[in-house]
Amino acid sequence: MEIMEGSHAVAEIVKRCRPQVVSAYPITPQTHIVEDLAQMVANCELDAEYITVESEFSALSACLGASAAGSRTYSATTSQGLILMAEVCFNAAGMRLPIVMTIANRSLGAPLSIWNDQQDTIALRDSGWLQFYAEDNQETADLHMITYKVCEDHDILLPAFVCFDGFILTHTYEPVDLPSQEEVDAYLPAFTPYHRLDAAKPLSMGMYATPDYYMEFRYEIDRAMYRARDAFIKAGREFNEQFGRDYSGLVEEYRLDDADIALIAMGSICGTVKDAVDEMRAAGKKVGLLKIRTYRPFPGPEIVEALKGVSTVAVLDKNISLGNGGAVGTEVKSALYGTGISVYDYIIALGGRDVRKRDIAAVVDLAEKGEGDMFYGLRTEVL
Amino acid sequence: MADEKQECELFSAGHRACGGCGPALAARLLLRATGKNVIVVASTGCMEVFSTPYPETAWEVPWIHSLFENAAAVASGIEASLKKQGRNEKIVCICGDGATFDIGVLCISGAFERGHDITYICYDNEAYMNTGIQRSGATPYGASTTTSPTGTCAPGGNPLPKKDMPAILAAHGAPYVATSSIAYPNDFVKKVERAINTPGPCYIQVHTPCCTGWGFESRDTIAISKLAIDTGLWVNYEMVNGVVEKAKKVRRKLVEEYLEKQKRFRHLFRPARQDAEIAKIQAIADANAEKFGIDIKLRKPAE
Ligand SMILES: Cc1ncc(C[n+]2csc(CCOP(=O)(O)OP(=O)(O)O)c2C)c(N)n1
Ligand code: SF4
Ligand SMILES: [Mg+2]
Repeated sequence: MEIMEGSHAVAEIVKRCRPQVVSAYPITPQTHIVEDLAQMVANCELDAEYITVESEFSALSACLGASAAGSRTYSATTSQGLILMAEVCFNAAGMRLPIVMTIANRSLGAPLSIWNDQQDTIALRDSGWLQFYAEDNQETADLHMITYKVCEDHDILLPAFVCFDGFILTHTYEPVDLPSQEEVDAYLPAFTPYHRLDAAKPLSMGMYATPDYYMEFRYEIDRAMYRARDAFIKAGREFNEQFGRDYSGLVEEYRLDDADIALIAMGSICGTVKDAVDEMRAAGKKVGLLKIRTYRPFPGPEIVEALKGVSTVAVLDKNISLGNGGAVGTEVKSALYGTGISVYDYIIALGGRDVRKRDIAAVVDLAEKGEGDMFYGLRTEVL
Repeated sequence: MADEKQECELFSAGHRACGGCGPALAARLLLRATGKNVIVVASTGCMEVFSTPYPETAWEVPWIHSLFENAAAVASGIEASLKKQGRNEKIVCICGDGATFDIGVLCISGAFERGHDITYICYDNEAYMNTGIQRSGATPYGASTTTSPTGTCAPGGNPLPKKDMPAILAAHGAPYVATSSIAYPNDFVKKVERAINTPGPCYIQVHTPCCTGWGFESRDTIAISKLAIDTGLWVNYEMVNGVVEKAKKVRRKLVEEYLEKQKRFRHLFRPARQDAEIAKIQAIADANAEKFGIDIKLRKPAE
């Protein structure tokens, strides 16, 4: 166990995952990761080609090429950088290239903000990338190993975002237990591409499809997304067996057993929610948390299962689908349709606004009163 | 390399290009030059669409297309990957002028600055053909396209000169930059061979007339490309480490011999002849001739 910065923990674990080609472009608050990796390559600690590109768009394009040629690849970005990559994101998923990218979640301008929310990855929810969200730096580091395993599974072959909250986790020092190189090697086998560009075995990748074929390609990606559910559980179990930390659930329950009210959240806010739940429980309120770890594939059936017996749900959304509420809330409502459970959505903590335990308690109060589907914590005096 | 070259074509017939398509000929010649040991990176555009309608492909070498504007970055990643794996396939981008002169400049600039060992070939048909003949930075002055049409307030067609991409890439320190034309197949093949065997990022811009977009008979593709050279509107040259070597010399013809054969320049002749516009285009050819020293014998100066 070592006390280290979240970004440094990510760089250390990525190094141990042995990517052969790394390409990234600096952007706050992801920069420490790519600086660390560059230093590791410069020190010959990481045996990778590090391509210093002129933009995020090229970073992911280079990863796409390297992955197509048969290499394990890695990139990291956030916010504006991710949105600049958007076209390549859809493309990489369509070409079934298992690129892994860390996202230091950050809000999107305008107005310019470097602070955390989850708008960036949520905006790419339909891109065909798996999306996994971490609560703390230990989980962030561990999820990278699991993610490579899931993505590169020949039944899956999809790219993935490992999401952790900008500044809140990237720049925070926490104790992290980093597996050794030997342990990582024992868990994560070397990359064996399913298909690759190779003069000995020519094939065409990224062809053009008429209406007679296009839908079937999309269907195949969607199927792979569904198969990723089981692949994630399996990789999580194997991880637990080897390292004694259990991430095998697409969702994670916290004090939900006899709960009347459930909060639903993703990422670092779950830590605050857990503390708030403890306080509310101590005060006699039957409240619990359902943490979503895999936003894509979306754990609809798991949510239904976990919320049996709950009467009210409060979803904390660190994003907004402008004109239609939070993305997580909308999808939870769809999953719970017909169960009779009341679901209220709260847009919260956009652009890095702090969330305290008392805010969580206030949200629960609102949900109990049946007041929801709203922004929480608006400063009406500046409107 | 020669012994590795195939007797049979590596770019198969049966693709969906228009008859007389200049870019299709360039693709065939390209693979003759590279042989089998190559990975081809394409951009969105006519060549990609006519050669790879799923599930058919004309490419009997590994081929990848990602997006319109990122071929150079994709190639950078492939090169890094091959290096790591100790593989030796040559990497060749083949991209349209829109992909090269306009939307892909960022990726190309980055790749050339980094010095990847790739060859980037622009097949220049002087407009966005795949989307229906819109103007690009490679469209010559005076050509009418669907986004640089002639009209009552704009009798001249495209008001902007062709961008000098070879100079831009030479300025990046590219060791080998060349222009070529399908009018001279051997010249193109030789230049591709030289480029792929020159370490570092090399650039070739090959003139590939498009009968559909330029408006001429499909049997005239080669004749039109020859005329572009014979008038000095297209110059075949090589630049080694930024210095022009070997520009093809010609006995120059007047530009109107080239212009009058293409619908894209028809407005210069009909309904009324636009002498001033034609003279401007002649001046472009004259400047090319002067810059590259291509005149075999000085003509009488144009009036
Ligand atoms: C980002 C993006 N913008 C626009 C397009 C539409 N588009 C596809 S091909 C093309 C033009 C291609 O022109 P060029 O590179 O000259 O190739 P050509 O078709 O002339 O062979 C355009 C505008 C696209 N595919 N992607
Ligand atoms: S439009 Fe032009 S470039 Fe496109 S296939 Fe036809 S001739 Fe070739
Ligand atoms: Mg073109």
